[in-house]
Amino acid sequence: MPILSIVLWLPIVAAVALAFFPRAADSAIKAFGLFASVVTFIMSLFIVTGFRTGAAGFQLVEMKAWIPQWGINYALGIDGISLWLVMLTTLLTPVVLLSSWNAIHKHPKEYVISFLIMEAAMIGVFVATDLILFYVFFELTLIPMYLVIGVWGGANRVYAAIKFFLFTIAGSLLMLFGIIYIGFQYQHATGVLSFAITDLYRVGVTPYAQTLLFFAFSLAFAIKVPLFPLHTWLPDAHVEAPTGGSIILAGVMLKMGTYGFLRLVLPYFPEASIRWSGLLIALSVIGIVYGALVAWVQPDMKKLVAYSSVSHLGFCVLGIFAMNQASIEGSILQMINHGLSTGALFLLVGVIYERRHTRLLADYGGIARTMPLYATLFIISVLSSVGLPGLNGFVGEFLILAGSFQTEPIAAVIAATGVILAAIYLLWLVQKVFFGPVTNEENRDIKPIAWNEVAAMVPLIILMVWIGVYPKTFLAPMGPSVRRLINIVKTEGNAPVLVADESAGEVARAPLGGAK
Amino acid sequence: MLNTLWLIPIVPFAGFLLNGFFGKRAGKSFVTAVALAGSLGAALLGTWAVIEYNAHYHHGERHLNVVYNWFTSGNIGADIAFQLDPLSIIMLMVVTWVGFLIHLYSVGYMSHEEGYWRYFAYLNLFMAMMLILILGSSYLFMFVGWEGVGLCSYLLIGFYYDKDFAAAAGKKAFIVNRIGDFGFLVAMFLMFAYLGSVDFMKVQQAAMAGGVDSAIITAICLLLFLGATGKSAQIPLYVWLPDAMAGPTPVSALIHAATMVTAGVYMVARSNVLYRLSPIAMMVVALIGAATALFAATIGLRQNDIKKVLAYSTVSQLGFMFMGVGVGAFAAGVFHLVTHAFFKACLFLGSGSVIHAMSGEQDIRRMGGLWKKIPITAWTFLIATIAIAGFPPFAGFFSKDEILASAWSTHFFPGVGKLVYVLGTIAAFFTAFYMFRLFYLTFFGKFRGTHEQEHHVHESPATMTVPLIILAFLSIVGGFIGLPHVIGHNWLAEWMHPLIPDVEGHGPLHIAGVVEWTVMIVSALVALAGFLLARSLYRGRELAADESFERRSPAVARTLENKYYVDEFYGAAVVRPLAASSRFLWKVIDAIIDGIAAMLGFIVRGFGDLLRFFQTGNVRNYALMFFLGVVVFLFLLV
Repeated sequence: MPILSIVLWLPIVAAVALAFFPRAADSAIKAFGLFASVVTFIMSLFIVTGFRTGAAGFQLVEMKAWIPQWGINYALGIDGISLWLVMLTTLLTPVVLLSSWNAIHKHPKEYVISFLIMEAAMIGVFVATDLILFYVFFELTLIPMYLVIGVWGGANRVYAAIKFFLFTIAGSLLMLFGIIYIGFQYQHATGVLSFAITDLYRVGVTPYAQTLLFFAFSLAFAIKVPLFPLHTWLPDAHVEAPTGGSIILAGVMLKMGTYGFLRLVLPYFPEASIRWSGLLIALSVIGIVYGALVAWVQPDMKKLVAYSSVSHLGFCVLGIFAMNQASIEGSILQMINHGLSTGALFLLVGVIYERRHTRLLADYGGIARTMPLYATLFIISVLSSVGLPGLNGFVGEFLILAGSFQTEPIAAVIAATGVILAAIYLLWLVQKVFFGPVTNEENRDIKPIAWNEVAAMVPLIILMVWIGVYPKTFLAPMGPSVRRLINIVKTEGNAPVLVADESAGEVARAPLGGAK
Repeated sequence: MLNTLWLIPIVPFAGFLLNGFFGKRAGKSFVTAVALAGSLGAALLGTWAVIEYNAHYHHGERHLNVVYNWFTSGNIGADIAFQLDPLSIIMLMVVTWVGFLIHLYSVGYMSHEEGYWRYFAYLNLFMAMMLILILGSSYLFMFVGWEGVGLCSYLLIGFYYDKDFAAAAGKKAFIVNRIGDFGFLVAMFLMFAYLGSVDFMKVQQAAMAGGVDSAIITAICLLLFLGATGKSAQIPLYVWLPDAMAGPTPVSALIHAATMVTAGVYMVARSNVLYRLSPIAMMVVALIGAATALFAATIGLRQNDIKKVLAYSTVSQLGFMFMGVGVGAFAAGVFHLVTHAFFKACLFLGSGSVIHAMSGEQDIRRMGGLWKKIPITAWTFLIATIAIAGFPPFAGFFSKDEILASAWSTHFFPGVGKLVYVLGTIAAFFTAFYMFRLFYLTFFGKFRGTHEQEHHVHESPATMTVPLIILAFLSIVGGFIGLPHVIGHNWLAEWMHPLIPDVEGHGPLHIAGVVEWTVMIVSALVALAGFLLARSLYRGRELAADESFERRSPAVARTLENKYYVDEFYGAAVVRPLAASSRFLWKVIDAIIDGIAAMLGFIVRGFGDLLRFFQTGNVRNYALMFFLGVVVFLFLLV
């Protein structure tokens, strides 16, 4: 059973089918979209059951010639790095469609179609094992998101949509150049043109070219993440995007950047990655502190959460470039964690925005009394986001920081201040919105959180607890793939960066293979 | 039971879930039954486990109950595992039984609150987290409880969340504790990197095996202690505890006096091997403890809120515990932790009973003359006051005395030890003074409140007075578990002995007989002096002494009343500059970045205008053209 293709094409088939729905059939459209995304999620569970934990390479692979004369294939596969990102995508899409059930009145049909196409494109990014196919999906995600922001967004939506589009496309065009260059280098070396991701792992390029390519790819992914100082498109995009757009943007799309670093940048340019890891680590640590501080002074809840994403994604990039087993596994887990907790926060901000049409902290206060269930869900999501042990965020952050500490102690210590700062800006938000007396009369009888919004939150909260209490379910499949990735970088790159500090002693070095 | 230690925290956790999900609708008797069952269940299971432990182990070995591997990734990982050893057992008994008494007391105290179910759900969650903290077998799993109790503290301080000050106090507690947690986290990173594990036993063995740079050990100890200064309210992170009094009074008794705030002392005692490898770190602990003990005691002299006096007293008494563990008297520090749990819980619950009787009044200037009106509260409060002031043979006397004698005798830093002793003795004098001031102003003299309050004054119900009586009894006899050698048997020191292995040739501290006698006599005299001074100033003279002091030294009085302006200093030196720089980053740096991006866009666009290629003004067309251009260019290249 070509399960990856099924999961990839199901949303597209559903989107095509939706095109034939009559425009007026509002709830039928929404119900069908939700149904299709739930079926996609259920089908994606077969990816998990079919996945062999313990294997490092791509699994469930599929391969069809696409443009044979250029060596481009329709090639899919999944490994420990991409597995949970696919699952996150198939989970968050129904969450979005369910939570925005009553929120979208304008062009519901196009809205649902956009999200289904976006889902397919994001899945495509994570399962493509051909670079051109990867690139096509990578760019394809932009169009529905551009539309979602531009059509269903807030007052300033056109500006935000264009800013989003230009920022991200600027980076990725350079990457396209790089992709084609690598393909031709492969042809140069072997006589065959191929864009298979793993074939190209073996391409050697001159150090100079490697540096240039490293920066071309890194720029594309750094904008996507976004890494300081390329982050300024994100708050604008989030503030203008409708709730569903923000959930997907923060939940999944940003991870296409961190995924790109892991899937392409590290293995393709190991020497450059090691040489320039200091720069990337510095930028991510700056981003962690910067994002947190700026989040703290935001008057707008959504902007606050958006800047918190800059901070959280900084942890992911730090973990990637610290380049050891724990830090990278932590980073992948943190990508999922961020999708859950920030997805939940955006969802919940959307819930009161829907009711009060304001996102300013100053307009709220004392909501805990008027919306107790809502407040409880919000506070659980906040606790997940600040990394309270027992919930998901802690495990990811701890692995990233403790792992990074072994190779990059100073960066890890500075990054660890992020756990203080996260408490500052998120508890500030909680205090201003939920606690204190009800000062604004309009907040006295807000409609309570609706069934569909609660239902959308339930799977997120279950996963927050699951990952916090028993993270092995999620870490175990990653191990071998991450180990293989580190081996690729280590054998091709300059080894010493990958081993623990000299003075760390035997104990610390041994698990890294005792390499020297 | 020994192999199902996880049941102990699970029982109150189940209580939390039940009350959390169903408490609101199920009604008060359901909530009460679940909450009491949760805390009593933990106490009974814990006691059962201790009995089994004593039947199986005779030399203080650690019993380990691994539940599952939490996570392992590279060389970072930890088990979900519980342990029982002499130290965990002491904590277990104090936490579960004192915890149960306070649950019982809360049934009466909180009976009129609308958030009754929520209160007990949080309280049971607290018990579960505190049990994880003290039964966890590694720093990392302990940290789960450590943060968990912090969360409960946040929720319970902010229990009256629609009061601004309560919400702010809860947030402050969480954030200040997070600063400490940062230290705890980095200490664990160091352990993984240099000691290879965070399991208590393995860390201890790796440290004792030698070969690790002593600077690393010192760093670990100081970072752990940073965590302790947060959780256990020591300089410089003590500022959250006085504000934490915004929570319901039984919470102050349970979390902010008897159990959670002692977690830092527990951690240092638990890490005694690491600390003894780093005398510098120990000295820091002892000096910070002594400084905090004295500093907080002086603030306590001029506080008028009954709970604030007790709060600063708690900060001060925690300082005594750190003096103990800091000078190397780990058993003495834990001893004081135990006796303090008894008398301070008694005092806080007593203050709750007073506040209850006074219709919510907390200002002792508007109390007075309650001795006859609420006799059980008054008597138990008096007993606990005698215990904390350090009169023999009450509980506080022996534990405080052992700490002071150890400070005098410590071999780690004999000179500094004497200084610690002197600071501690002065703090003990102030303690006796401010406690009796509190006692006289509350219970003696004329009634200074309103007529309505006076009319309403009544003794509390039995659910409240029974815990008071039990705790008062323990405040009298609790000290006998650790008698000085010159008088009798120090059972506690012996019990703790296996946990304090010889490090670099040194076992537990030795105190000479003459030192023990001298310190005991001096301590008793100091307590007496403090009491007599307070008696002469406040008995029958109401507030005259405070007023005349204010006239004579207004600057000193104001400084003490305003707690040395430390909160104001932190605001000006840390919070406001941080907020200002955050706004700068947002308004200026982000704008600059956007400006550069716009400029780049402008250049590209100008370039496009010049070439007049495909200029449709449509972004997607530009992108498409660019895309095609790149492809064509590459084909030409190859």
